[in-house]
Amino acid sequence: MPDERSDPASDRTDDGAPAITRDEVAHLARLARLALEPDELDRFGGQLDAIVSAISRIGDLDTADVPPTSHALPLTNVTRPDRVRPGLTQAQALSGAPAAEDGRFRVPRILGDEA
Amino acid sequence: MTDLTRLTAAETAAAVAGGTASALDVTEAHLARIREVDGAVHAFLHVDADGARDAARRVDAQRSAGEALGPLGGVPIALKDVLATEGVPTTCGSRILEGWRPPYDATVVARLRAAGVVALGKTNMDEFAMGSSTEHSAYGPTHNPWDLDRIPGGSGGGSAAAVAAFEAPLAVGTDTGGSIRQPAAVTGTVGVKPTYGGVSRYGLVALASSLDQAGPCSRTVLDAALLHATIAGHDPRDSTSIDSTVPDVVAAARQHDVTGMRVGVVRQLGGEGYQPGVEQRFRESVDLLSSLGAEVVEVDCPHFEYALPAYYLILPSECSSNLARFDAMRYGLRVGDDGSGSAEDVMSITRAAGFGAEAKRRIMLGTYALSSGYYDAYYGQAQKVRTLVVRDFDAAFAQADVLVSPTTPTTAFRIGERIDDPMAMYLADLCTIPSNLAGNASMSLPVGLAPEDGLPVGLQVMAPPMHDDRLYRLGGTLEAALADRWGHLLIDEAPDLTTSTTPSAEAAQ
Repeated sequence: MPDERSDPASDRTDDGAPAITRDEVAHLARLARLALEPDELDRFGGQLDAIVSAISRIGDLDTADVPPTSHALPLTNVTRPDRVRPGLTQAQALSGAPAAEDGRFRVPRILGDEA
Repeated sequence: MTDLTRLTAAETAAAVAGGTASALDVTEAHLARIREVDGAVHAFLHVDADGARDAARRVDAQRSAGEALGPLGGVPIALKDVLATEGVPTTCGSRILEGWRPPYDATVVARLRAAGVVALGKTNMDEFAMGSSTEHSAYGPTHNPWDLDRIPGGSGGGSAAAVAAFEAPLAVGTDTGGSIRQPAAVTGTVGVKPTYGGVSRYGLVALASSLDQAGPCSRTVLDAALLHATIAGHDPRDSTSIDSTVPDVVAAARQHDVTGMRVGVVRQLGGEGYQPGVEQRFRESVDLLSSLGAEVVEVDCPHFEYALPAYYLILPSECSSNLARFDAMRYGLRVGDDGSGSAEDVMSITRAAGFGAEAKRRIMLGTYALSSGYYDAYYGQAQKVRTLVVRDFDAAFAQADVLVSPTTPTTAFRIGERIDDPMAMYLADLCTIPSNLAGNASMSLPVGLAPEDGLPVGLQVMAPPMHDDRLYRLGGTLEAALADRWGHLLIDEAPDLTTSTTPSAEAAQ
């Protein structure tokens, strides 16, 4: 599992084994809340591996002294006056809900079987 | 009477303001054109005929009452289906939002309505704006009006095709890695990605928040400028919106003079992998700019080759987080809610059913890049590469007022050609991605047809942040010089779709 690895470059072994295995795709799908079919795991495994191989070359650059850029604009702490503004009504907020009850969103039970 | 669908947006607004055509006549002409050709083009996911007629009638009533109309009053527009439109379906090309009618308008939409611009409907797109061909739409691909067997670009292929097919003189697109500019290039139209923060993102369904930017699609540079001026400007509802004056893009589009403008050709955006006809038309345009008085220099941007791999780490990371909001609870699709499963089960089943293949790939790629243990090597490294790309731009803009390149390495490829090869698809955005990473302004405009396949070629112009006017100065000048040479605009050479049969119909004969 990814949490135990620290050096992705070592994932690709000399015998050409993929960096992203079918098991890893299944793990990623679980983390991303995607209930994938078995054939999807096979297909995405190969495709994700090809993509990761192609983009891994950003690791070739020496960036030891380079600060990261998370955003194009140097904006920080944008504030606005704390005034009441119109918002959505309850009916508007619920208008797109897949299920609503008593003026609230109705959701499936929150706890899993093990709880 | 002249065909109202052939007018530019500027001409349309003048006709409505001057009383030679009513806004309702203009709207009806475009609705008729859509009925006639959109079966073959499939630019629209939803046509809001009644809403369009109501909006047009309001403009006509304003004029009758003696009120002054805005510069785009009564002009029809097509909206990419990623913009929230109150009461009008907004799907983002995804099953997961099928049938969703937002309870509010995006700021861009609200500004257009206030300006008397008439929204015709919502245009097709790659699902959640992920793709370069519109083939990743859950509702089927859009076809390129120049050759219906080919892709119209993506993700905003619907907006570009609607404009190229004369279904609307204007459209709004969004550009995260080239989704306005690459479709413009392959459909022979104009597309602009304004400076990041120049146009409000409020009400735009987010793909990658640090890269997304809405902007104009049109058939002329002046029309793009008029639309740019209408939708741009500070919005307190978007915390990344720039609070300063919008550059005068309309005056720049009318300037028609590039004397003394320093134009930098990016060495790294050309050569291997670029179609000969694309490079030829690009080079001819640079020579033309030089003959018009521009000072052409070559510039180096050595880290641009790492922009695409960095982008495919930053974008999936932001997208996996943004698309987490589609959880089957508050809006959109819900599947498997039969009382047996938990909320998490329903969420996972719904997301697997509602997202298409490309969305799933990028969500998982982002989840991977953000995993602890991989974060520094992938997402962290990509953010540092983003800094290097910004520095390349800074150095280049010290030598040149604008930078130019081909917009995309090839002309429109065939539908189906790259659908099973994600990396080949990603290469379509090779030249456009750097501007998104740096947040600067960028335009694509048509500069001819590639000799080998007769398909449109786009030239990309890039300008420093908040110098969007330079795009329009160069674009307006080059467009006029090319039109002078050809005797007409490139788009006037596009096939008349009413007389041609669709490729599938031909094949069936």
